[in-house]
Amino acid sequence: MFDALGEKLDGVFRRLRGQGTITEKNIREAMREIRLALLEADVNFKVVKKFTQDVTEKAVGAEVIRGVNPGQQIVKIVHDELVEMMGGKGEALDIKPDKVNAIVLFGLQGSGKTTFAAKLAKRLRKQGRRVMLAACDRQRPAAIKQLETLGGQIDVPVFAAPGQSDPVAIAAAALEEADHQSMNVLIIDTAGRLHVDSELMTQLARLKAKVKPAHSLLVADAMTGQDAVNVAEAFHTRIGIDGVCLSKLDGDARGGAALSIRAVTGQPIRFASVGEKLDDLEEFHADRMAQRILGMGDVLSLVEKAQETIDIEKAAKMQEKLLKAEIDLQDFLEQMQQVKKMGSMKDILGMIPGIGRQIRQVNVGDGELHRVEAIIQSMTPQERQWPHLLDGSRRRRVARGAGVDVAEVNALLKQFEGMKKMMKGMMGLGLGKGGKRKQRRALAGLKPGMVPPGMFPPGMMPPGLG
Amino acid sequence: MLFRRSAKSEPAAAPEPRGFLARLRDRLAKTKSALLTPLRALAGRRVDEDLLEEIEEILLQADVGVATAHALIDEVRASAEARHVETAEGLIPLFQEAMRARLRHREAHWSDRPEKPFVILVAGVNGVGKTTSIGKIAQWLRGEGNSVMLVAGDTFRAAAIEQLEIWGQRTGSEVVKQAHGADPGSVCYDALVKAQAQQTDVVLIDTAGRLHTKTNLMEELKKVVRVIQKVLPGAPHETLLVLDATTGQNALQQAKIFHDAVPLTGLVLTKLDGTAKGGMVLGIGDTLDVPIALIGVGEGPEDLRPFHADQFVDALFAAEEP
Repeated sequence: MFDALGEKLDGVFRRLRGQGTITEKNIREAMREIRLALLEADVNFKVVKKFTQDVTEKAVGAEVIRGVNPGQQIVKIVHDELVEMMGGKGEALDIKPDKVNAIVLFGLQGSGKTTFAAKLAKRLRKQGRRVMLAACDRQRPAAIKQLETLGGQIDVPVFAAPGQSDPVAIAAAALEEADHQSMNVLIIDTAGRLHVDSELMTQLARLKAKVKPAHSLLVADAMTGQDAVNVAEAFHTRIGIDGVCLSKLDGDARGGAALSIRAVTGQPIRFASVGEKLDDLEEFHADRMAQRILGMGDVLSLVEKAQETIDIEKAAKMQEKLLKAEIDLQDFLEQMQQVKKMGSMKDILGMIPGIGRQIRQVNVGDGELHRVEAIIQSMTPQERQWPHLLDGSRRRRVARGAGVDVAEVNALLKQFEGMKKMMKGMMGLGLGKGGKRKQRRALAGLKPGMVPPGMFPPGMMPPGLG
Repeated sequence: MLFRRSAKSEPAAAPEPRGFLARLRDRLAKTKSALLTPLRALAGRRVDEDLLEEIEEILLQADVGVATAHALIDEVRASAEARHVETAEGLIPLFQEAMRARLRHREAHWSDRPEKPFVILVAGVNGVGKTTSIGKIAQWLRGEGNSVMLVAGDTFRAAAIEQLEIWGQRTGSEVVKQAHGADPGSVCYDALVKAQAQQTDVVLIDTAGRLHTKTNLMEELKKVVRVIQKVLPGAPHETLLVLDATTGQNALQQAKIFHDAVPLTGLVLTKLDGTAKGGMVLGIGDTLDVPIALIGVGEGPEDLRPFHADQFVDALFAAEEP
């Protein structure tokens, strides 16, 4: 039931691949799978319907039937269509100089408004803006205090107006104060409210009319189900939104809500909130989201992270070794250390095409990596190069050195052997046809040069993941 | 309270005050339009595969989930054949029946609390309403004359401790806390030692919101449980997972992973008002065997209530009042 959407599509496309052309019949089968998979990803049912119709139309179009590899073409159509529906890159906020730009945040209870307010404030401040926060959530106990604490952490003033209860009046006063202090941005945090609560929706509409914000952002939980459509629609018609922040994207929800919200409001998803720290805010990228929904992994984010940290020369050498399946434990260790520089293991693995989904089923504590590191570091250079040297007595020594059980050492070695075998098999069979360049490209990911060479080929998993 | 699975023969717990059913119906109004209205719109149609496919879509819209929707439809198809039901409107009672049957297993019942202090641990992902649920449970327990201790185990989120303190004041419950950033295990330890010494009736432990995908935070939760067990073997007597009813299929994943980490004794389904449906309730039982302890249908403390399958299904299918 939690099979990856990507895997499912893959199955369908594999079937298509064998058939050479796309017929009405087999496209229907593919669309059935796509429909089910999108539904399981919590994309709204109506949105799914329109989506599959659009894709079908495009797929049975002439340009597809001409193709030699229909499966790939459908992947591309599905992907492009997803990207198109979610809008391209998240549009930057339009902030005018020399005036106070109010940004009102709203959404359901628990969608992450207050945290997002602080994240946004921090981000804008980093861009050199003068930012103030306004605490207009008078419903939830200690909401004001929460915003004040967060404001303190990022050194952004918070307009709290203790004792007052009318959010509209507070927002208006905050705006005045922000103007007085020559602020450039005023971020207004409001109480969580249900889209069907007409009293609170009216209050929000009044607030908006009063402060005339530059931006009205809906904060929505990425895990939201079918209701995302109703929520977004209600907020859009009653209040009017011009952007969305998708929160809790660091979970394992497929994020179908992104598609739904975009489809019903037509407004861009501007931000993706991806963690509990105040820096964990990213611009939304529709292509990445599409890949995520499709289970293709977040290749681009990975590349960016990798580019920042990977030593290109080392990586090139590594690639040669990988191609010849000559990797030894020392290489393995170096790879791991490079990867570690990029951030938490889980985040990184989750971005890799094809394995993103599996990872979530498994524990990928960074602690585990740490142990692997310790094990390899307890080996002599010779042992690292020729692991077969490791007999029982040496393994015991290594285990003692690393403070682990011998079983763990054994497991690592076994895994490593398996990985090497898999790499050999890969080189020999599946990827063999296209010659070296194609191999390299296949190893490197989707397009030439996209993924740094040698980065974590399939099978190169820390123990416990294989 | 609470939360022992009833023996199958046991009758449902004491009837809820009338007002709650009315409120439940009222609050599930959106569900009504998502389930009953479109089903009614099919009236007059003959039962065939096209019709069932349309019904599948209706169920999917209510967050029932693909697998559960298929299972329900298969059940209904079989009983429709057996009973020669041939029209769409005849299917509605069959669906109600199938849903009731599924949900009845999921009921939890109030039970005695032989242990003192009775420890309830509350966990969940971020923003589902853990602290609010604790506040409501506390209010309720206080109303029944229990002494209640609230434990500020969320030492991470800004002002989470203050939020719990406000609930402490509102309900007249003692709040045990440490500084922001303190080890939650340590907070629990202190609290339980104290609760034991002063023979507090019920201890409600709040925890920080954590996404189930964060291994380290799940480990932290396990540690909290270990600490609790150290002070009070057998505790926590209840481990509740709070789920946001607006969540889609990910709720099942959350429940599964939390259950793997710390065996759950009950689910709390919040924010059922406003959300379309809570249809994922129907699917949860396929994934794991944990009863639904409480459902929340509103902001008031009286709006958090034990879950009753019949009531719930009745509310889902309630006819619109003129």
